[in-house]
Amino acid sequence: MTNDKKLLSVNNLSVTFGTGDNPFTAVDRISYDVDAGEVLGIVGESGSGKSVSSLALMGLIDFPGKVRADSLTFEHTNLIGLSENARRKITGDEIAMIFQDPMTSLNPSFTVGNQIMEAIEVHQGGSKKERRAKAIDLLQQVGIPAPESRIDSYPHQLSGGMSQRVMIAMAIACDPKLLIADEPTTALDVTIQAQIIELLLKLQREKNMGLILITHDLALVAEAADRVVVMYAGQIVETGPANEIFKAPRHPYTQALMNSLPESAEGHDRLKALPGVVPGALDRPQGCLLNPRCPYATDRCRVEEPGYYGPEGRQSKCFYPLDDNGRPTQ
Amino acid sequence: MTEQRTQPIMSGIGLKQYYQVSQGFMKPKGTVKALDGIDFSVEAGKTLAVVGESGCGKSTLARLLTMIERPTTGELNFDGTNLLTLDRETARELRQRIQIIFQNPYGSLNPRKKVGTILEEPLVINTKLSKEERKEKAISLLQKVGLKPEHYDRYPHMFSGGQRQRIAIARGLMMNPKVVVADEPVSALDVSVQAQVLNLMMDLQKELGLAYVFISHDLSVVEHIADKVLVMYLGKVVEYGSTEQIFGTPQHPYTRALLSSTPRIDPEHRIEKIRLQGELPSPLNPPSGCAFHGRCEFANDRCRVETPQLIAREGAASVACFGVDEGRLPYLSARVG
Repeated sequence: MTNDKKLLSVNNLSVTFGTGDNPFTAVDRISYDVDAGEVLGIVGESGSGKSVSSLALMGLIDFPGKVRADSLTFEHTNLIGLSENARRKITGDEIAMIFQDPMTSLNPSFTVGNQIMEAIEVHQGGSKKERRAKAIDLLQQVGIPAPESRIDSYPHQLSGGMSQRVMIAMAIACDPKLLIADEPTTALDVTIQAQIIELLLKLQREKNMGLILITHDLALVAEAADRVVVMYAGQIVETGPANEIFKAPRHPYTQALMNSLPESAEGHDRLKALPGVVPGALDRPQGCLLNPRCPYATDRCRVEEPGYYGPEGRQSKCFYPLDDNGRPTQ
Repeated sequence: MTEQRTQPIMSGIGLKQYYQVSQGFMKPKGTVKALDGIDFSVEAGKTLAVVGESGCGKSTLARLLTMIERPTTGELNFDGTNLLTLDRETARELRQRIQIIFQNPYGSLNPRKKVGTILEEPLVINTKLSKEERKEKAISLLQKVGLKPEHYDRYPHMFSGGQRQRIAIARGLMMNPKVVVADEPVSALDVSVQAQVLNLMMDLQKELGLAYVFISHDLSVVEHIADKVLVMYLGKVVEYGSTEQIFGTPQHPYTRALLSSTPRIDPEHRIEKIRLQGELPSPLNPPSGCAFHGRCEFANDRCRVETPQLIAREGAASVACFGVDEGRLPYLSARVG
């Protein structure tokens, strides 16, 4: 499926840490695409590799981490094999990223205006006056009241929601084509979370950006994303359009995650909890990584690693993908 | 049992907690009204949920209930006695019956102590049990929270987040409490583990008849576990009622906004988003009148001047809102379909 709208294409991306005979695979051969103007949600629990995979995209994995991929194509340019300088021209300018904790992402010693203007200076240049005007305009765009005076505030003078708005202003300073938001609202209160998500989606529509929304919150992804990638222990287990995935999950893990949400329980019934925990570095099982926790696992799952099954764009990594009634197929 | 249920095991009347804070050199001290007149009650075997955003006073309430701090004024009753007028010795005795579980199981367990030592510490301080008896009790509670006897000799770092929260729960139960205050007990956990811990808490409640004061910002968890809900905003209660009332027919504009801001997986559970402008005002300099008026689309001149009181209603939740009193809020049902 080739289309002109395709913005980013990740092909077999792996990230490993540690050296020697048994390096830890944090991200294991993941592939996905993002179109222009599309919101892709990446969900998974801690340790599923969702953050590491986006850091790898941005080229932010340091030694001893190793990034391997068949290709990371951004607008017909393969980011793998580019020189450090050439890659920097793209990341930060055309691909921008917002992190989880706005309080620690901002430098406490500089005013927010100073930090936004620095981003503009690096990628676009211009006189100091122009940059300041642009920074005020950006603060306006992200809904900060009285931007002319707020531009001279230090980060400690801003609330969490305001700081995250500043981070977003900084990220969109260079009109990126792709914005990666890594748990952008996890540290915020629920009404502020709603404001920030609304802002991100508004900017995404106005600028026709691709947006990768990384979160552990299934419900947030269900409301905000067009397409969803579900990750488990470094692997993608299921991909598909958001409404289809949450209506009829194909992979047992997606189903289990949805069942374990209090929203899915009737009244005060017990929640259908998934037993056990996500396997760590040393206890990854053989075969399908979910098999010790999966209610449908068979002998085959314990030995053989499943491939991807299902139609293009709606795949799951399971030998027995679930049917519309949530039962495994044979 | 039915009589016990109607009699609250713990209740508070007009609880206030004010803090004096320095505003700078040579400037007068400011007063932060962290809690400004809170009434609540919780029955044995039931769960009272306290919801609200950061800075609303949820955690201050938890500190008062567990007698870590004394309120500025107010009455705090436990099993028929006012905890604030007792002498030290009786108060010490009674506070063993009220225990707390904290949010972050990585910070609340001492990394240098073995699980057994952590669990037995309250027994060493408060009882005269022998070493063997203490160990026996610790192991029986470990099993009760779904851990194994061999975990007795391990250190906290050898456990996952969910297991640590189980240890924290076991520690909370060592003194046979009647009330357990749980301050965001599952918000640091992944969804699949969160479900396990919530199930455990509900099982223990049934088995031991515990009353929970469950502090949380996650409304879908609250809807699942709570019997009654207390919605707080800037140190005050804005709405107080049964879970059915709060989630079925929320009345206060803030409760409605909280509910509509909570993301839902099932499109049928979603309601029209109410956009709240702005953020929580500073408790040091709260707005006049209703503290919520700056963010409320229904506010009028009266809301800006007068402070609404929490008014009980027959068959409905208590609400502190002039808009509800005057019937000028549009009807809204939280559950669509």
